[in-house]
Amino acid sequence: MQFGLTDEQEMIVSTVRRFVETEIYPHEAEVERTGAVPAELAEDIKCKVIALGFYACNFPEEVGGAGLSHLDFTLVERELGRGSMALTHFFGRPQNILMACEGEQRERYLLPAVRGERMDALAMTEPDAGSDVRGMKATAVRDGGDWVLNGTKHFISGAEHADFFIVFVATGVDDTSHGPKKRITCFLVDRGTPGFEVRPGYRSVSHRGYANCILTFDECRLPDAQVLGEVDGGFDVMNTWLYATRLTVAAFAVGRARRCFDLAVDYAAQRRQFGQPIARFQGVAFQVADMVTEIDAADWLTLAAAWRLDEGLPANREISSAKLYATEMLARVTDTTLQIHGGMGLMDDLPVERFWRDARVERIWDGTSEIQRHIIARELFRPRGA
Amino acid sequence: MKVLVPVKRVIDYNVKVRVKADGSGVDLANVKMSMNPFDEIAVEEAIRLKEKGAAEEVVAVSIGVKQAQETLRTALAMGADRAILVVAADDVHQDIEPLAVAKILAAIVKEEQPGLVLCGKQAIDNDMNATGQMLAALLGWSQGTFASKVEIDGDHASVTREVDGGLQTIKVKMPAIVSVDLRLNEPRYASLPNIMKAKKKPLDEKTPADYGVDVSPRLSVVKTTEPEARKAGEMVGSVDELVAKLKERGVV
Repeated sequence: MQFGLTDEQEMIVSTVRRFVETEIYPHEAEVERTGAVPAELAEDIKCKVIALGFYACNFPEEVGGAGLSHLDFTLVERELGRGSMALTHFFGRPQNILMACEGEQRERYLLPAVRGERMDALAMTEPDAGSDVRGMKATAVRDGGDWVLNGTKHFISGAEHADFFIVFVATGVDDTSHGPKKRITCFLVDRGTPGFEVRPGYRSVSHRGYANCILTFDECRLPDAQVLGEVDGGFDVMNTWLYATRLTVAAFAVGRARRCFDLAVDYAAQRRQFGQPIARFQGVAFQVADMVTEIDAADWLTLAAAWRLDEGLPANREISSAKLYATEMLARVTDTTLQIHGGMGLMDDLPVERFWRDARVERIWDGTSEIQRHIIARELFRPRGA
Repeated sequence: MKVLVPVKRVIDYNVKVRVKADGSGVDLANVKMSMNPFDEIAVEEAIRLKEKGAAEEVVAVSIGVKQAQETLRTALAMGADRAILVVAADDVHQDIEPLAVAKILAAIVKEEQPGLVLCGKQAIDNDMNATGQMLAALLGWSQGTFASKVEIDGDHASVTREVDGGLQTIKVKMPAIVSVDLRLNEPRYASLPNIMKAKKKPLDEKTPADYGVDVSPRLSVVKTTEPEARKAGEMVGSVDELVAKLKERGVV
């Protein structure tokens, strides 16, 4: 057993970290202030990432990606977690579900996405279907040789900049012993398709500038060629390709927590009250000690889960443990960092308040903490018949 | 033309340096180490020369502990073609002195026959600013130090130097030693394909004995101390008061 990174992994980490510090940090305050990323800036980041060979590094080499292992890619995500999500979005990592593209779908969606020519967004969540994915109300119905989509998706991240969408909708209902169960199909939908509209979403407390959108489908007609995977096979593509996205959230949380922690430890060492640095007060020092301990724990949980994926070992429970622990750790670390900064921590002159705000969504998206606990518990008890 | 670039593994420039309790030097245990920033600029310049067609091969050399291999991998990931590691110390706290480094480099130069040696003007750990000059003396080559611009023109190079009074441009005969300054260029990030390729590039491991050089120290460190802490400033009420204070201290 060894815990060190290879020389290549060290270089990947240092390159991505340097990129984030040099190309992302300087623009963060402005993005926070305006809630938007200027198009030229987005394009500039994207071009630099393409030139560096990091664009779509999560894809295999045969489609033009970098062929990184899960562990390598988790390290990339971890370092990106330091920076504003609105900006690191352009350090393109298309949804790997696009690997399910077949035939001419590869030329129209997969390959341009990997080259950075077309951006994608994933649409699953609905106003009445969050954790209960199968409860979705959007439908596609056969009409002649086509499909006709109706319904609404919301909280769609990346939609603002997406050229096409990977959309999950119900295509039928099966009667099972557990009651009726919806069949789901995944569609590729181009922006501009008649009957399909991308509307501004809500103003979120977390990740300003990383907009969420509402998608509406009103008699939106799609040919068979737009089906990704099999008809009624939406859950299969979902389980095959979206299985590991929880890990990127865990990795984000670890990277962000490290950046936040550095502020906490520096401030505790410098800030003087009652004639000494506040780090001399155990009430502060012990909180800092707890923080780094928790960050390390989350880091190892995350990397170990990624390693399991690379080794082909079962990883479902471990990925959920990493996502659960890392995001809850981030909440504590950002909250404690803010507390250590006192009143100044709440002011937007420092990035602490936004780290604290940003952290909140991490326990919700890509499966709430409760869903993660459910997955962990299910993995433990199912084999025991309970 | 072949370009030789010596690179040193030093304490990372972002690390807050701490002096060891016994005053024998700076504490390097569990401290992030990186390529000396001036050497990174030298590597970048060498790669640019290659991209411009002025050089065919870039060889990076590091002399120090075995871990300097990581520094060489960084140079390879930036675009150097191959690397030579001279393992001259076991202890990370042992610094190889400039004269020993220059002698080893001189031996490597004789073996490799580069047309140009591009090195950092100094390493940020001990700021000796000596290796390039010593190497030039040992080889009897021309040298251009503190370069902020380098242009190769056949058997000559035009080197713009950052000197106290401004910029000085000199013409040096090739082969030459050029030590580079901060403003020469902005080093690139290692691209992902190059990071992946770096491992496959050759890295030869040597010892000082291979070059017949004795690296035992000739200097001894008497004492290392941290700089005096900056004293607190003084608030003044007005510009007049500020000017008066400055005059009183003889600053203006």
